[in-house]
Amino acid sequence: MSATADSTIAAPRSGRIDPKYTRDRTKSGNFEMLTWLFMRLSGIVLVVLIFVHLFSNLMVGDGINGLDFGFVAGKWADPFWQFWDLALLWLAMLHGTNGVRTIINDYAERDGVRFWLKMVLYAATTVIIVLGTLVIFTFEPCLTDAAGNLLEASPAFCATP
Amino acid sequence: MSTATSAQAPAKSGRGTLYRGNEGMWSWVIHRITGVVIFFFLLVHVLDTSLVRVSPEAYNAVLGTYKNPLMAVGEVGLVGAIMFHAFNGLRIILVDFWKGGTKHHKAMLWTVVVLWVITLAAFAIRHLMLAFGGH
Repeated sequence: MSATADSTIAAPRSGRIDPKYTRDRTKSGNFEMLTWLFMRLSGIVLVVLIFVHLFSNLMVGDGINGLDFGFVAGKWADPFWQFWDLALLWLAMLHGTNGVRTIINDYAERDGVRFWLKMVLYAATTVIIVLGTLVIFTFEPCLTDAAGNLLEASPAFCATP
Repeated sequence: MSTATSAQAPAKSGRGTLYRGNEGMWSWVIHRITGVVIFFFLLVHVLDTSLVRVSPEAYNAVLGTYKNPLMAVGEVGLVGAIMFHAFNGLRIILVDFWKGGTKHHKAMLWTVVVLWVITLAAFAIRHLMLAFGGH
Protein backbone atom coordinates (compact mmCIF):
# COMPACT_ATOMS: atom_id res chain seq x y z
CA MET A 1 0.00 0.00 0.00
CA SER A 2 1.52 3.24 -1.11
CA ALA A 3 0.28 6.24 0.81
CA THR A 4 0.72 8.60 -2.11
CA ALA A 5 -1.28 6.41 -4.48
CA ASP A 6 -4.05 6.09 -1.88
CA SER A 7 -4.17 9.84 -1.47
CA THR A 8 -4.65 10.47 -5.18
CA ILE A 9 -8.32 11.12 -5.73
CA ALA A 10 -10.04 12.43 -8.80
CA ALA A 11 -10.93 16.09 -8.84
CA PRO A 12 -14.61 16.62 -8.14
CA ARG A 13 -16.83 17.46 -11.09
CA SER A 14 -14.20 16.12 -13.52
CA GLY A 15 -16.67 14.86 -16.09
CA ARG A 16 -17.60 11.49 -14.60
CA ILE A 17 -20.65 12.67 -12.69
CA ASP A 18 -23.29 10.03 -12.08
CA PRO A 19 -26.51 11.20 -13.85
CA LYS A 20 -28.42 11.03 -10.58
CA TYR A 21 -26.42 14.04 -9.39
CA THR A 22 -27.23 16.12 -12.44
CA ARG A 23 -30.96 15.38 -12.59
CA ASP A 24 -31.93 18.98 -11.89
CA ARG A 25 -31.30 20.93 -15.06
CA THR A 26 -32.98 24.10 -13.88
CA LYS A 27 -30.78 26.93 -12.78
CA SER A 28 -31.68 27.99 -9.27
CA GLY A 29 -29.34 30.95 -9.15
CA ASN A 30 -27.61 31.40 -5.83
CA PHE A 31 -30.31 29.63 -3.81
CA GLU A 32 -28.21 26.61 -2.81
CA MET A 33 -25.25 28.80 -1.91
CA LEU A 34 -27.51 31.02 0.19
CA THR A 35 -28.98 28.03 2.06
CA TRP A 36 -25.42 26.75 2.65
CA LEU A 37 -24.49 30.14 4.12
CA PHE A 38 -27.72 30.27 6.14
CA MET A 39 -26.93 26.90 7.76
CA ARG A 40 -23.60 28.23 9.01
CA LEU A 41 -24.82 31.64 10.18
CA SER A 42 -27.98 30.31 11.85
CA GLY A 43 -25.91 27.45 13.32
CA ILE A 44 -23.65 29.84 15.23
CA VAL A 45 -26.64 31.76 16.61
CA LEU A 46 -28.52 28.54 17.45
CA VAL A 47 -25.64 27.20 19.54
CA VAL A 48 -25.97 30.25 21.83
CA LEU A 49 -29.80 30.25 21.82
CA ILE A 50 -30.11 26.53 22.61
CA PHE A 51 -27.36 26.32 25.23
CA VAL A 52 -28.96 29.19 27.19
CA HIS A 53 -32.43 27.64 26.64
CA LEU A 54 -31.30 24.28 28.06
CA PHE A 55 -29.33 25.83 30.91
CA SER A 56 -32.06 28.22 32.09
CA ASN A 57 -34.83 25.60 31.83
CA LEU A 58 -33.13 22.38 32.98
CA MET A 59 -29.97 23.21 34.95
CA VAL A 60 -30.85 26.05 37.36
CA GLY A 61 -33.36 25.97 40.22
CA ASP A 62 -35.41 22.78 40.34
CA GLY A 63 -34.51 21.89 36.76
CA ILE A 64 -37.14 19.79 35.05
CA ASN A 65 -39.18 19.51 38.27
CA GLY A 66 -39.73 23.27 38.18
CA LEU A 67 -41.30 23.24 34.70
CA ASP A 68 -45.05 23.85 34.60
CA PHE A 69 -47.59 26.38 33.33
CA GLY A 70 -46.46 28.92 35.93
CA PHE A 71 -42.83 28.62 34.81
CA VAL A 72 -43.73 29.35 31.17
CA ALA A 73 -45.98 32.21 32.27
CA GLY A 74 -43.18 33.73 34.34
CA LYS A 75 -40.74 33.49 31.46
CA TRP A 76 -43.04 34.95 28.80
CA ALA A 77 -44.03 37.83 31.07
CA ASP A 78 -40.64 39.17 29.97
CA PRO A 79 -40.39 40.31 26.32
CA PHE A 80 -36.72 39.29 26.40
CA TRP A 81 -37.63 35.60 26.69
CA GLN A 82 -40.52 35.98 24.24
CA PHE A 83 -38.10 37.15 21.58
CA TRP A 84 -35.45 34.63 22.65
CA ASP A 85 -37.94 31.79 22.14
CA LEU A 86 -39.26 33.37 18.92
CA ALA A 87 -35.73 33.50 17.47
CA LEU A 88 -35.16 29.93 18.60
CA LEU A 89 -38.42 28.79 16.97
CA TRP A 90 -37.80 30.46 13.61
CA LEU A 91 -34.09 29.74 13.28
CA ALA A 92 -34.32 26.12 14.50
CA MET A 93 -37.29 25.37 12.24
CA LEU A 94 -35.70 26.92 9.15
CA HIS A 95 -32.32 25.31 9.90
CA GLY A 96 -33.96 21.91 10.51
CA THR A 97 -36.24 22.19 7.48
CA ASN A 98 -33.32 22.95 5.20
CA GLY A 99 -31.39 20.03 6.69
CA VAL A 100 -34.26 17.60 6.09
CA ARG A 101 -34.72 19.10 2.59
CA THR A 102 -31.08 18.25 1.85
CA ILE A 103 -31.57 14.70 3.13
CA ILE A 104 -34.72 14.23 1.01
CA ASN A 105 -32.84 15.51 -2.06
CA ASP A 106 -30.04 13.05 -1.34
CA TYR A 107 -32.02 9.87 -0.79
CA ALA A 108 -35.37 10.21 -2.62
CA GLU A 109 -34.38 9.49 -6.20
CA ARG A 110 -37.83 9.37 -7.80
CA ASP A 111 -39.03 12.84 -8.81
CA GLY A 112 -42.58 12.39 -7.50
CA VAL A 113 -41.48 10.99 -4.14
CA ARG A 114 -38.96 13.78 -3.71
CA PHE A 115 -41.53 16.44 -4.58
CA TRP A 116 -44.22 15.17 -2.21
CA LEU A 117 -41.87 14.54 0.70
CA LYS A 118 -40.75 18.15 0.44
CA MET A 119 -44.33 19.41 0.19
CA VAL A 120 -45.20 17.53 3.41
CA LEU A 121 -42.07 18.97 5.03
CA TYR A 122 -42.90 22.56 4.01
CA ALA A 123 -46.52 22.16 5.17
CA ALA A 124 -45.37 20.87 8.59
CA THR A 125 -42.82 23.68 8.88
CA THR A 126 -45.41 26.35 8.07
CA VAL A 127 -47.91 24.98 10.60
CA ILE A 128 -45.31 24.73 13.39
CA ILE A 129 -43.82 28.21 12.80
CA VAL A 130 -47.23 29.92 12.59
CA LEU A 131 -48.59 27.99 15.59
CA GLY A 132 -45.51 28.64 17.72
CA THR A 133 -45.42 32.36 16.87
CA LEU A 134 -49.12 32.78 17.71
CA VAL A 135 -48.69 30.91 21.00
CA ILE A 136 -45.78 33.13 22.11
CA PHE A 137 -47.65 36.38 21.38
CA THR A 138 -51.25 35.50 22.29
CA PHE A 139 -50.37 33.70 25.52
CA GLU A 140 -52.47 34.75 28.54
CA PRO A 141 -50.81 33.81 31.85
CA CYS A 142 -53.66 34.72 34.22
CA LEU A 143 -56.67 32.67 33.19
CA THR A 144 -60.00 32.90 35.05
CA ASP A 145 -62.99 30.56 35.25
CA ALA A 146 -66.58 31.49 34.35
CA ALA A 147 -67.05 33.17 37.74
CA GLY A 148 -64.00 35.37 37.20
CA ASN A 149 -61.78 33.61 39.73
CA LEU A 150 -58.16 32.83 38.92
CA LEU A 151 -57.52 29.25 37.89
CA GLU A 152 -55.66 27.19 40.46
CA ALA A 153 -52.65 26.58 38.20
CA SER A 154 -52.10 30.31 37.63
CA PRO A 155 -48.64 31.64 38.50
CA ALA A 156 -48.26 33.51 41.79
CA PHE A 157 -47.81 36.95 40.20
CA CYS A 158 -51.42 36.87 38.87
CA ALA A 159 -52.83 37.24 42.40
CA THR A 160 -51.18 40.62 42.99
CA PRO A 161 -52.78 43.20 40.69
CA MET B 1 -1.52 -3.04 -3.78
CA SER B 2 -3.16 -0.01 -5.25
CA THR B 3 -1.71 1.74 -8.21
CA ALA B 4 -2.05 5.36 -9.21
CA THR B 5 -4.44 4.28 -12.00
CA SER B 6 -6.86 2.46 -9.73
CA ALA B 7 -6.76 5.27 -7.20
CA GLN B 8 -7.79 7.80 -9.85
CA ALA B 9 -10.69 5.70 -11.15
CA PRO B 10 -14.14 6.45 -9.74
CA ALA B 11 -14.01 5.07 -6.22
CA LYS B 12 -16.81 2.48 -6.47
CA SER B 13 -15.40 0.35 -3.68
CA GLY B 14 -14.45 3.34 -1.60
CA ARG B 15 -10.84 2.25 -1.57
CA GLY B 16 -8.31 4.81 -2.56
CA THR B 17 -10.37 7.63 -1.14
CA LEU B 18 -9.50 9.75 1.85
CA TYR B 19 -13.09 9.87 3.00
CA ARG B 20 -15.06 6.66 3.23
CA GLY B 21 -14.79 4.83 6.54
CA ASN B 22 -12.75 7.59 8.11
CA GLU B 23 -13.49 10.34 10.64
CA GLY B 24 -14.95 12.64 7.99
CA MET B 25 -17.60 10.10 6.96
CA TRP B 26 -18.63 9.12 10.47
CA SER B 27 -18.94 12.70 11.72
CA TRP B 28 -21.11 13.40 8.63
CA VAL B 29 -23.32 10.36 9.34
CA ILE B 30 -23.75 11.26 13.02
CA HIS B 31 -24.42 14.91 12.13
CA ARG B 32 -27.28 13.83 9.83
CA ILE B 33 -28.80 11.37 12.31
CA THR B 34 -28.65 13.80 15.26
CA GLY B 35 -30.07 16.55 13.03
CA VAL B 36 -33.11 14.48 12.09
CA VAL B 37 -33.68 13.39 15.72
CA ILE B 38 -33.54 17.02 16.92
CA PHE B 39 -35.89 18.17 14.11
CA PHE B 40 -38.61 15.64 14.98
CA PHE B 41 -38.33 16.45 18.68
CA LEU B 42 -38.64 20.14 17.80
CA LEU B 43 -41.97 19.51 16.05
CA VAL B 44 -43.27 17.66 19.15
CA HIS B 45 -41.82 20.30 21.50
CA VAL B 46 -43.63 23.21 19.79
CA LEU B 47 -46.87 21.19 19.89
CA ASP B 48 -46.55 20.35 23.62
CA THR B 49 -45.64 23.96 24.47
CA SER B 50 -48.68 25.13 22.49
CA LEU B 51 -50.87 23.47 25.15
CA VAL B 52 -50.30 26.57 27.33
CA ARG B 53 -52.95 28.14 25.05
CA VAL B 54 -55.38 25.28 25.79
CA SER B 55 -55.32 25.23 29.60
CA PRO B 56 -52.81 25.09 32.47
CA GLU B 57 -54.09 21.59 33.30
CA ALA B 58 -53.51 20.28 29.76
CA TYR B 59 -49.97 21.70 29.69
CA ASN B 60 -49.06 20.44 33.16
CA ALA B 61 -50.46 16.97 32.39
CA VAL B 62 -48.34 16.58 29.25
CA LEU B 63 -45.28 18.11 30.87
CA GLY B 64 -45.68 15.62 33.70
CA THR B 65 -44.87 12.84 31.25
CA TYR B 66 -41.45 14.45 30.67
CA LYS B 67 -40.68 14.11 34.36
CA ASN B 68 -40.62 10.33 34.78
CA PRO B 69 -37.22 8.62 35.09
CA LEU B 70 -37.46 6.77 31.76
CA MET B 71 -38.06 10.06 29.92
CA ALA B 72 -35.19 11.65 31.86
CA VAL B 73 -32.84 9.12 30.29
CA GLY B 74 -34.33 9.96 26.87
CA GLU B 75 -33.79 13.66 27.59
CA VAL B 76 -30.10 12.99 28.25
CA GLY B 77 -29.99 11.26 24.84
CA LEU B 78 -31.71 14.24 23.20
CA VAL B 79 -29.37 16.76 24.83
CA GLY B 80 -26.45 14.52 23.81
CA ALA B 81 -27.66 14.72 20.20
CA ILE B 82 -27.99 18.52 20.44
CA MET B 83 -24.51 18.89 22.00
CA PHE B 84 -22.84 16.78 19.33
CA HIS B 85 -24.68 18.56 16.50
CA ALA B 86 -23.72 21.94 18.00
CA PHE B 87 -20.01 21.24 18.54
CA ASN B 88 -19.62 19.35 15.26
CA GLY B 89 -21.49 22.13 13.45
CA LEU B 90 -18.93 24.64 14.72
CA ARG B 91 -16.19 22.27 13.47
CA ILE B 92 -17.82 22.20 10.01
CA ILE B 93 -17.87 26.01 9.99
CA LEU B 94 -14.14 26.05 10.85
CA VAL B 95 -13.40 23.49 8.11
CA ASP B 96 -15.27 25.72 5.62
CA PHE B 97 -14.05 29.15 6.65
CA TRP B 98 -10.77 28.76 8.55
CA LYS B 99 -7.59 28.53 6.49
CA GLY B 100 -6.23 25.64 8.58
CA GLY B 101 -9.60 23.91 8.80
CA THR B 102 -9.07 21.08 6.32
CA LYS B 103 -5.61 20.36 7.69
CA HIS B 104 -6.77 20.08 11.29
CA HIS B 105 -10.25 18.58 10.76
CA LYS B 106 -9.39 15.31 12.50
CA ALA B 107 -7.86 17.01 15.54
CA MET B 108 -10.94 19.24 15.66
CA LEU B 109 -13.22 16.19 15.60
CA TRP B 110 -11.48 14.69 18.61
CA THR B 111 -11.78 18.09 20.32
CA VAL B 112 -15.52 17.93 19.56
CA VAL B 113 -15.72 14.44 21.10
CA VAL B 114 -13.88 15.54 24.27
CA LEU B 115 -16.04 18.68 24.68
CA TRP B 116 -19.13 16.57 24.06
CA VAL B 117 -18.21 14.00 26.74
CA ILE B 118 -17.45 16.72 29.32
CA THR B 119 -20.60 18.81 28.75
CA LEU B 120 -22.88 15.80 28.44
CA ALA B 121 -21.48 14.24 31.63
CA ALA B 122 -22.10 17.51 33.49
CA PHE B 123 -25.64 17.73 32.11
CA ALA B 124 -26.42 14.06 32.78
CA ILE B 125 -25.28 14.19 36.42
CA ARG B 126 -27.34 17.31 37.20
CA HIS B 127 -30.43 16.27 35.18
CA LEU B 128 -30.60 12.67 36.40
CA MET B 129 -30.10 13.72 40.04
CA LEU B 130 -33.04 16.14 39.65
CA ALA B 131 -35.20 13.63 37.78
CA PHE B 132 -34.52 10.76 40.19
CA GLY B 133 -35.18 13.01 43.17
CA GLY B 134 -31.67 13.10 44.55
CA HIS B 135 -31.26 16.88 44.82
